[in-house]
Amino acid sequence: MVSIVKTPDLDKKRNELKKEQRRLTIRKFLQNKLAVTGSVILVLLVLLAVVGPMLISADPYAINPEDRLQGPSADYILGTDNFGRDLLSRIIFGAQISLLIGLSVSFFAGVFGTIIGLYASYYRPLDNILMRICEGIMAIPAILLAIALMAALGPSTKNIILALSVVYTPYVARVVRSSALVVREETYIEAMKAIGAKSSRIIWGHMAPNVMSPLIIQITSVFANAILIEATLSFLGAGVPAPTPSWGNILYDGKLVIFNTPWMVVFPGICIVLAILALNMFGDGLRDILDPHSNKGKK
Amino acid sequence: MKTYLFKRLLSLIPILFVVSIVVYSIIYITPGDPAEVMLGDSATDEQVEALREELGLNQSFIERYFTWVGHAVTGDLGTSYFMNEGVTSAIISHLFPTLSLAVLAELFAIIIGIPIGIFAARRRGSYVDQSIMGLSYVGVAIPSFLLALFLVLIFSIKLQWLPVAGYKDLSEGLMVHLEYMILPAIALGLMHVALTARMTRSSMLDVLNANFIKTARAKGVKEAVVIYRHTFRNALLPIVTIVGQNFGILIAGAAVVETVFNIPGIGQLVVNSIERRDFPIIQGVILFVTFVYVLINLIVDLLYGVIDPRVKLNK
Repeated sequence: MVSIVKTPDLDKKRNELKKEQRRLTIRKFLQNKLAVTGSVILVLLVLLAVVGPMLISADPYAINPEDRLQGPSADYILGTDNFGRDLLSRIIFGAQISLLIGLSVSFFAGVFGTIIGLYASYYRPLDNILMRICEGIMAIPAILLAIALMAALGPSTKNIILALSVVYTPYVARVVRSSALVVREETYIEAMKAIGAKSSRIIWGHMAPNVMSPLIIQITSVFANAILIEATLSFLGAGVPAPTPSWGNILYDGKLVIFNTPWMVVFPGICIVLAILALNMFGDGLRDILDPHSNKGKK
Repeated sequence: MKTYLFKRLLSLIPILFVVSIVVYSIIYITPGDPAEVMLGDSATDEQVEALREELGLNQSFIERYFTWVGHAVTGDLGTSYFMNEGVTSAIISHLFPTLSLAVLAELFAIIIGIPIGIFAARRRGSYVDQSIMGLSYVGVAIPSFLLALFLVLIFSIKLQWLPVAGYKDLSEGLMVHLEYMILPAIALGLMHVALTARMTRSSMLDVLNANFIKTARAKGVKEAVVIYRHTFRNALLPIVTIVGQNFGILIAGAAVVETVFNIPGIGQLVVNSIERRDFPIIQGVILFVTFVYVLINLIVDLLYGVIDPRVKLNK
């Protein structure tokens, strides 16, 4: 088998090159306005979700009927909702729920999509079956499939994660598969086969790392869509069940009292727009950085 | 062309097969017995058993699937659990408001999106271009239901120009119909204005860099002719694609907007059926919308050859 001669000199050189590479990537990232703006907003939203609860003493579940539907004041910074609950703390806990759902769906769709995509590209007979299934699921408009799954499973945070993972796994699988098909034809994969490497080693050790860029870009889009659909489902009453706050079901309550208390619609609405905007910008920025051949989303 | 059409139709079969399996299985992942859920806690065992028999729940999955698909192919999508009405006739009676909404939103997207895209492409890199592209980012990030709420807040509650919600059929006059549909159509269509504008811009930019455009300019062709005859025509293909895809998404997206404005379309039909767990309705509407969606994509593919003779469909 091949043996690699290791000399301290070479190791040093390799480390230097790696450092140089990292510096270049960071510089490219910092020069990309979209990626930087997107990540700044994202960091702020994550801070809101994580640090917010420590700064705010109000209980998002505490009902104060005499204070219901109040405007922003010193006691309630963003006012109260139709049950007299503090709107700010509900928005903060809603941020946690939205980000939790976005993260979980990205994780599950990412993992299963990668597995399906890689194996489909490697084993041709499997490809046909798996891709037809993916195409079938993708032919159903995402929002309708999510609604149907939620109607069947019943409203709960766990079920939203499950339903949206089912909806978005094929989108990840398609992207991973199409990049893996290109990687599969590379000479180094042929070389791996020639030296008798096991399939699992080729797939996970050599193909997987080379489909990372399109995978990451696709996952940011799944993240944004998960937040959007969660908000939509909750707004339709098929998502996060009351009294748990989520941006979507604050809007659901807000819709009923929109005549008196527009802020119940405006504040969580701004959060949703910011989150999706930031993820879209971040994703497009990443595409410019990681995938210079693509023209999509480029100025 | 004919062989291509045949191949495309053939390739739809596995997709529609998977779609039907997925849609059909939805009822099976429901925790609990649909018959018990429908009748509530007070039902006796006999009543539940009778309903199970009536709904065909006692047959095996495969038997029921084939019966269902057999009926679906002939246009019979089953009977609603709650409305005592066939699913197909329920869809037909709720179809017009949804179609009207989707068509208006699409028109809005085309009439506003394409000129904006062309405008931005002509002033590439300028402040106008940059602000249009920045706005398009925001446009894509606003969910339709949220925009609907904001529009109601501004135009119906603050300015009181337009009705808050409701629906008037076309038979009561076009202007009355439009008065009720304009806010829903804008709410549904704005995201697609942004998408269409972006696609138009990038497609126009691709063509504007081509040599034949330079030639046209060099020989002194008027700018308007260069833009509309030479560039736009050649940039049309991706624009048609996105307009076609949009329409399918608009019909699905109408579900959410209809709820905000209380429009009796197929979207509201679905949303009302969630709580009632009226699965035949949910399944029927999804199957119907998916079918329309797949069909539109097919038509768009076939249009390619008409719009751009360079595209050979026989490949």
